[in-house]
Amino acid sequence: MRPHPDSPKLGLLDRRGFLGAALGGTAIAGIAGGAAAQQEGPPEPLPLDQLTPEFFTPAEWVMLIALCDVLIPADGDGPGALETRVPVFIDRQMVGHYGRAERWYMEGPHDPDASPLKGFQSPLTPAEIYRAGLAHFQDWCGRTHGAGFTDLDADTRLAAVGALMDNDVDLPAELRDFPDFLLLNVKQGYLSDPRHGGNHGMAAWSYIGFPGARANFLSWTHPDRDNVPYPLGPVSINGERA
Amino acid sequence: MATEMPKKDVVIVGLGWTGSILAMELSKEGLDIVALERGPMRRTVPDWQYPINTDELTHAHHFELMQRPRHSTLTMRHGLDDTALPYRKLGSFLPGHGVGGAGVHWNGQNWRPQVAEFRLKSYVTETFGADVIPEKMQIQDWGVEYDELEPYFDRWERLIGCTGIAGNLNGTIQPGGNPFEAPRSADYPLPPLPEGAAARFFRDTAEAMGLHPFPRPGGNASRAYVNEYGMQLGPCTYCGFCEWYGCYNYSKATPQTCVLDALYQQPNFEVRTGADVMRVELASDGKTATGVTYVTDDMQEVFQPADLVLICAFPLHSTHLMLLSGIGKPYDPRTGEGVTGRNYAYQMMGSTSAYFADAEFKPFVGAGIDGYSVLDYGVEQIDFAKEGFIGGSYISVGHTNGQPIRSMSLPEGTPNWGAGWKKAIGDWYGKSLSVSSHGSNMAYRDCYLDLDPTYRDPYGRPLLRMTFDWKQNDIRMTQFMKKQTEAMAKAMQPDSFKSSYKDADSHYDIRPYQTTHNVGGLPMGNDPATSAVNRYLQSWDVHNVFVSGASAFPQNIQFNPTGAVGALTYWMADALRSDYLKNPRPLM
Ligand SMILES: Cc1cc2nc3c(=O)[nH]c(=O)nc-3n(C[C@H](O)[C@H](O)[C@H](O)COP(=O)(O)OP(=O)(O)OC[C@H]3O[C@@H](n4cnc5c(N)ncnc54)[C@H](O)[C@@H]3O)c2cc1C
Ligand code: SF4
Repeated sequence: MRPHPDSPKLGLLDRRGFLGAALGGTAIAGIAGGAAAQQEGPPEPLPLDQLTPEFFTPAEWVMLIALCDVLIPADGDGPGALETRVPVFIDRQMVGHYGRAERWYMEGPHDPDASPLKGFQSPLTPAEIYRAGLAHFQDWCGRTHGAGFTDLDADTRLAAVGALMDNDVDLPAELRDFPDFLLLNVKQGYLSDPRHGGNHGMAAWSYIGFPGARANFLSWTHPDRDNVPYPLGPVSINGERA
Repeated sequence: MATEMPKKDVVIVGLGWTGSILAMELSKEGLDIVALERGPMRRTVPDWQYPINTDELTHAHHFELMQRPRHSTLTMRHGLDDTALPYRKLGSFLPGHGVGGAGVHWNGQNWRPQVAEFRLKSYVTETFGADVIPEKMQIQDWGVEYDELEPYFDRWERLIGCTGIAGNLNGTIQPGGNPFEAPRSADYPLPPLPEGAAARFFRDTAEAMGLHPFPRPGGNASRAYVNEYGMQLGPCTYCGFCEWYGCYNYSKATPQTCVLDALYQQPNFEVRTGADVMRVELASDGKTATGVTYVTDDMQEVFQPADLVLICAFPLHSTHLMLLSGIGKPYDPRTGEGVTGRNYAYQMMGSTSAYFADAEFKPFVGAGIDGYSVLDYGVEQIDFAKEGFIGGSYISVGHTNGQPIRSMSLPEGTPNWGAGWKKAIGDWYGKSLSVSSHGSNMAYRDCYLDLDPTYRDPYGRPLLRMTFDWKQNDIRMTQFMKKQTEAMAKAMQPDSFKSSYKDADSHYDIRPYQTTHNVGGLPMGNDPATSAVNRYLQSWDVHNVFVSGASAFPQNIQFNPTGAVGALTYWMADALRSDYLKNPRPLM
């Protein structure tokens, strides 16, 4: 079990010292590695456009990056979806149990046209919905705006994403969840623990003031602290701090 | 061919809250007991130890601890002429899976229903006349009165180390508590939690409005506590990862923290996980059960003979098993006859969110039961004849969590994406509170559970089919509450507020989470024509089958169900221990 981030520093050092003495010098470096790496700052990851995604084709990847950039843009206060590496999160989701709908009931008969109140009814998995949804949207952009999504200028991209989010791009019924899935996954990638590939540097948590995995706030129920902002930055499940 | 196991005295189907308690109580009788749990073994360490317990994506979006629809789900339709479709991915409710059941990932909010709720039909008829009951509303009395259950409520509250302030001690109203609560014989075993900033702000506002706020009671320990089984709880840290998560801190009352490690010490108790019960097997005359058949994770069929079968599988699954096993006559909504599947009900929720630009609520300073509540608009406080509905609600403000994806509440008119959304989450995270109404839901002739004609589970069994929709009585109730929560929100002088309530055109939407307070399906009562189990939760037709849980509620109460579920479980355990085991027979 990992030590709590607020646990006394002294206790941590004692424990490391003890283990180090027992296991020898190389083990100290191994055990303390997490802390040492933080002091130096983690190595910068590969830029998004130089990555080889696990699920998306190169063309889909370029498009996904562009979509994320419109859904949570870089300008203004707070990081954008690209700086926080949201596309990496989504790519990983596609090859995990979520992308494969492994936990969902997928038996037929399917009635994807049913009232939305009855919930998800597509025969397709989220990964299949992304693949077909991106292709459909690319075609729709071509038909409506005369070029593929990534070839549109910024204003037209904004309008096209607006139409997509309003479910106004003639999606067939089995793809009707694509806009909702995309938007939810973008927000998940932005605001979930960085262990899942997004929220790089916990920048989105720092921006809104969410302290991440700290999970111990009893002393903050004291009425004297009601109007005091929480002073500490976030920590992640893997022990990074920002 | 099913493998046959050596016979047991008792087989328990499902090791959640009620199964754990029943196993513990019956183990004291020296009986040989096996619990069959379809999900995996789960323990605090490693399953929800710090820090992996804080992973919002895994728990609140991928539902790590909950049932997998691929393995077990149901279908839903809105009415008798509609076609039911499968609940393919989780949304509206989140039943448990694995040892501890939904008791692992609940919030712990704990209530006693008001006295009138146990005899709702009689209360309404005596007080307002039978005319106020709308056509096709099918409310019933429970067949057991509050006074009879009071000692069992007390026992359950002591089991879970319930926190709170008594409001009515033996009929005397106490300062600081809920003056409208059913009278209690003793105070709560633990004092309330300290309560966060938003909750205390609401308390002061409600007091100024002449209402009667009190700390929301429940099973998040405020001090170190040891219960009757020697199980220990530590004080809640306000970790902000309570509902939908396991508690890393041994503070939330769960089967794991309150019963199971003591139960595992009992030499006459055995648990088998990955044991999915398919059906209860009946003797050739159909009047007694011989045991249950289950399927293991590697698809082996096993017959477990037993003298006594306790179905503790959560209301939806218990009803499904009773239907699949042919116990009790299936309910027919066209004639109103039959009992198995009758009176399914849910919970009517609504809320007003209020936004304060200058606030520092720090919603991540959260606990599952944090909050002040008022019961000024409870079932016993409302004139049903005057207001034109039957029902009531408790209203609260508290911060259970500040998880940034699921709990990002933004003011009316905020865009859902793009630069406007990004700006808004920076401006408004931690600046809102929600005044929420947790209301009753009545039973109706056409709201019920049966077997689906089309869809099958991986074992080839028909899925359970839910027929359910909101009805105008309950819409009127919730619209009445909207007026109250908006008045309370306004009194807090926010920069803006917005309400989310069902209206006359609303139909049940299975997508957003509402509650996992699915009740009914096997209502209890004193009349075998309208109840599936008698007042001791014993099947009328097969006397060695008992069913615990909220499936017994004849309609839903205005509160979270588990306080009443816990009391009923101890009540049933007592009937078994003091009477049935000595002389097995229909108790009524
Ligand atoms: C997110 C959430 C929040 C909640 N919050 C609250 C709250 O704050 N206050 C409150 O009062 N209530 C709350 N509840 C409800 C509470 O959790 C339940 O009322 C309680 O757990 C019910 O106990 P039970 O024994 O009936 O079922 P459970 O505790 O769910 O146990 C049932 C067990 O049976 C097993 N099972 C099912 N079918 C089979 C089968 N065929 N074979 C073998 N095993 C089977 C399941 O896997 C499960 O482990 C909440 C529920 C959820 C999901
Ligand atoms: S809020 Fe308290 S009781 Fe709930 S999980 Fe956290 S520490 Fe446990």
